[in-house]
Amino acid sequence: MSIVELQGVTKVYGGRVEALRGLDLTVEYGELLAIVGPSGSGKSTMLQLIGTLDRPTSGTVRIAGYDVAELSDRELSALRARHLGFVFQQFHLATGVSALDNVADGLLYTGTALRERRERAEAALQRVGLGHRLGHKPNQMSGGEQQRVAVARAVVGDPPLLLADEPTGNLDSHSGAEVLRVLNDLHAAGTTVAVITHDTEIAEWCPRQVRVRDGQIIAGDGRRPPAEIAKGARP
Amino acid sequence: MTRARLSPARLSAVDVLRVGAAGLRTRPTRVILSALGIAIGIATMIAVIGISSSSREQLLRQLDRLGTNLLTVAPGRTLFGDKAKLPTFALSVVKRIGPVNTASATGTVDATVRRTDHIPEAVTGGISVQAASTELLTTLEGSVSKGIWLNASTEHAPAVVLGSEAAKRLGLGRTGVRVWMGNQWFTVIGILGPMPLAPEIERSVLLGFPAAATYLAFDGHPTTIYERSGEEAVEAVRAALPRTVNPETPEQVEVSRPSDALAARAAAADAFTNLLLGLGAVALLVGGVGVANTMVISVLERRKEIGLRRSLGATRGQVRIQFLSESLLLSALGGVAGSVLGALATAGYALTRDWPPVVPPWAIGGAIGATLVIGTVAGLYPAMRAARLSPTIALATT
Repeated sequence: MSIVELQGVTKVYGGRVEALRGLDLTVEYGELLAIVGPSGSGKSTMLQLIGTLDRPTSGTVRIAGYDVAELSDRELSALRARHLGFVFQQFHLATGVSALDNVADGLLYTGTALRERRERAEAALQRVGLGHRLGHKPNQMSGGEQQRVAVARAVVGDPPLLLADEPTGNLDSHSGAEVLRVLNDLHAAGTTVAVITHDTEIAEWCPRQVRVRDGQIIAGDGRRPPAEIAKGARP
Repeated sequence: MTRARLSPARLSAVDVLRVGAAGLRTRPTRVILSALGIAIGIATMIAVIGISSSSREQLLRQLDRLGTNLLTVAPGRTLFGDKAKLPTFALSVVKRIGPVNTASATGTVDATVRRTDHIPEAVTGGISVQAASTELLTTLEGSVSKGIWLNASTEHAPAVVLGSEAAKRLGLGRTGVRVWMGNQWFTVIGILGPMPLAPEIERSVLLGFPAAATYLAFDGHPTTIYERSGEEAVEAVRAALPRTVNPETPEQVEVSRPSDALAARAAAADAFTNLLLGLGAVALLVGGVGVANTMVISVLERRKEIGLRRSLGATRGQVRIQFLSESLLLSALGGVAGSVLGALATAGYALTRDWPPVVPPWAIGGAIGATLVIGTVAGLYPAMRAARLSPTIALATT
């Protein structure tokens, strides 16, 4: 079983704007991949569908074996709580709340008791190399550190799939490299990591690149080797 | 392929409160201002109820102290509408009624009282001249604030005792001075203390029955008889009085209970209390609108946070309950602050009036209930809006 399976997925906004035009994608457990494309290519829409934050107009989205179309909003919420972790470009950390509690909130909707949430949050922060910054608030940390806190929050519940939306977009190259190193460590420990980016440099850092353009996958959809696609797609 | 059914975890009550409080902690100024609206409404209502309860409690204690066993007998009207008269023997027969412990009489004398004979007779200052029996002070359980009360010898003499209000109106603060009544000087031998059950005595100049007959041509008919009996016999005595006092025409006798007048005053105050209570309710309503407004703005500002929580696995219901609990906490904060303020205002007002401060528990209970209702109603719409937001909003890049 694959963790992500998209089959003939389309997404149309407002009845006219075709963001995705029938794409297929399979991601196996334990992969580290980049979904790369320019802005407007539909990669953000893909992220929303894979993240079960939105539903396709047509086609099938299967995450961890669950067909998203068959799940209610409550069930989707539970799926996100247990199987998915998100990292956002803008970190989305609560101001005035310590790193520890920000990360502990990642388990808030999993039915874990507060004490255990904090214990696991501490472990997650140590995993991203911030074990010494537990009590610091977001405004006392650098951008790179804040994003690592956000990564810790995303993985504190040990989700099989981590989705990172432009995780280095707001960071200088040094901080960005730190965050990528953390993502790579997670990948090495078995987490499936999907990085959504427009930055080809970051994309090339990933073993697998899924290239998106105009709502279609032009390379790396997981069925054919990228090289073959490149040959066939380019005239 | 079948997989385990997914079901979202429940948020514990503590977590609901934590999440609700977290939203408030980050915006203290706004929280204080919108809680203030609720607090003002609640404080007004608590203070209004508290002050009127304190005043009623004061009145009840006063009634307890004064006793409710005092009855007064006065002449009514004759069949032809003229003022009737009580017979001269009325006082002695009242004293003979079994349960009556003490009885005394006053009789209105047709005379005016003045500081000197230079003041025109028409200027009475609303002070009446009354003959009084010597037991009057005992029956009314009154006291003399200066000088002495009438006794067996002074009731024959040209001597007067002034009611507290009469003394004030005449501008007399001491005994030994003289006042001009009829065509003669009378010496002031005493000034009475307050008489809450017989305010007419406070406004009177009192002299003995014999003296009134001798110097002011008083006819000897009493105009009011005061009597006290055992508390349990009051109703029986009340029924017996008219026939005893005037066997021939009992319908021309009016019996009343002065303590009833005080109790009526307490009831009259209630109407005013209700009006103020209504004002408090309006303030509370405005406070509720303030909370709703704050919550709507809060939801607009926190779209990203809502999106983040949805991505972390919050269900719509959990987002709804987060904003509902925030709204409830906000108004509960106002409710508690308002209750404290209202209680303090009650205590302060009661203490300046020398009343016992009373805030009834049902008022506090009602205030808390009202804030919970307001918090729910004010939070409902913003919470629904928050829950309806699409989970994708946290991903939007701006």
